[in-house]
Amino acid sequence: MSQDGHESGGVNLPADSVGGVPADTVIEARDVRYAIDGRPIFAGLDLTVRRGLITAVMGPSGTGKTTLLRLITGEICADQGRVAVFGRDMATLRTRELYATRRRMGVLFQNGALLTDLTVYENVAFPVREHTDLPEPLIRKLVLTKLEAVGLRGAAELMPAELSGGMARRVALARAIVTDPEILIYDEPFVGLDPISLGVILRLVKQMNDALKITSVVVSHDVHEIATIADYSYLLSGGKVVGAGTPAELARSESPTVRQFMTGGAEGPVRFHYPAADYATELLGVER
Amino acid sequence: MSAAARAGVLEVVRKTGETGVFFVRVLAACIPALSRPRLIIEQIYNAGARSLIIIMLSGLFTGMVLGLQFYDVLNRFGATEALGTAVALALLKELGPVLTALLFAGRAGTALTSEIGLMRATDQLTAMDVMAVDPMRHVVAPRFLGGLIAVPLLTAVFTVIGLFGAQLIGVQFLGVDHGIFWSQAQSAVALKDVTEGVVKSVVFGAVLSLIAVNEGYHSEPTAEGIGRATTRTVVASSVMTLLLDYVLTAVFL
Repeated sequence: MSQDGHESGGVNLPADSVGGVPADTVIEARDVRYAIDGRPIFAGLDLTVRRGLITAVMGPSGTGKTTLLRLITGEICADQGRVAVFGRDMATLRTRELYATRRRMGVLFQNGALLTDLTVYENVAFPVREHTDLPEPLIRKLVLTKLEAVGLRGAAELMPAELSGGMARRVALARAIVTDPEILIYDEPFVGLDPISLGVILRLVKQMNDALKITSVVVSHDVHEIATIADYSYLLSGGKVVGAGTPAELARSESPTVRQFMTGGAEGPVRFHYPAADYATELLGVER
Repeated sequence: MSAAARAGVLEVVRKTGETGVFFVRVLAACIPALSRPRLIIEQIYNAGARSLIIIMLSGLFTGMVLGLQFYDVLNRFGATEALGTAVALALLKELGPVLTALLFAGRAGTALTSEIGLMRATDQLTAMDVMAVDPMRHVVAPRFLGGLIAVPLLTAVFTVIGLFGAQLIGVQFLGVDHGIFWSQAQSAVALKDVTEGVVKSVVFGAVLSLIAVNEGYHSEPTAEGIGRATTRTVVASSVMTLLLDYVLTAVFL
């Protein structure tokens, strides 16, 4: 098992490379350092996402998983280091180039981020209308196909306020895939889904990856669900990658941090409790 | 100068510079936004048509009060036939643009700020940006243009209804001659007076819309943050309206 995914035992990763970077690398983070208000989020993060694979990014809350997605989409720039997508450093792109790169990505936001003044249908059609001149009948077919895939064709005329959290996320998924992007980025896609929806979405992510060779980056806490579809996983903690490998390799890991996360243990290197004064002292001390 | 005062001045300079840069970005986004007239028309409807009732009611009552007050003052000098002149000039040059602007800030400005602020808080603006759709072009510019166009139109409605209200009181209830009321109003109002009102309403429309979208776009993405941004919109809009009214009046005199 490696720290950055360059060597993988369980996945067929091509060994050819161009200038030290594997030819099929789609996303690459090298020595990324990033801090918010002086609090370091990443302290030398290294990570590689290969074309056509489902790469999972896992880690305890507050380890910067969502921040990593924002670095990949170019919403924020690293203080140091490099985040490259399709071989181009996102921090150096001009707005036009950044938007051209983003058109090749689809992002599923944690809360769906649907446009509240548009219907479900119009939300899914939104990126198509913005970036193409396709005729309306074709847009309709595209949108209904994607809505059918997430099981919400019948909800096409509903407004986002009428949807449950899980339904909103499924609509957001339909919107993310409607332009057939090369990279799909999922931010906590399984949160709030009922078991049936969860199963359908898991299969959908896998099918899109298998059939369309879409590169997927999935940020998730759901260790067991993600293990069923991920080709490769990174475990982040303390601003760095503390474990990487196939789900099976992570499950066999001897690393205390990896073991604690994979088994959900409260005791271990990753603290469950936020730093605080001594419990007994605080309980028995002077009341505030 | 104390450290606190220096920090306050620096904050004002920073905020002014930030708003200036934002204004340039909005203007730049307005050009491509013009190619989507549907979005602008929607915003004219939201900011303008939906404010019509409050503007018409306020215009009517303002005109009625003006009719009463001016009649009372003019009656002391035996000059009640000048009622039409006084009301028309007051409404066209001052009360029409200023009161419409204040009402617009309270009704549409706050709605713009909270709408954009909520879009920020729920990641809608970020989602657009990540979908390679510029939120400045798709959200901010159409709302700015909508407000810019709506305020002069609302001012015209306010002024017309106000004149009707003054006429209702002066002519129908207080007995001023109908012909004299309108002929005095018509002969006293010059193109310069109309221009002053139009220029004021356009400037108010631009400034108030800019304040509203700027506060919404830069609001903290929390319920409290949106509330504070909405309050700032009303306060800044009211102060700027009265300040600019003085400046523009001085320029036109």
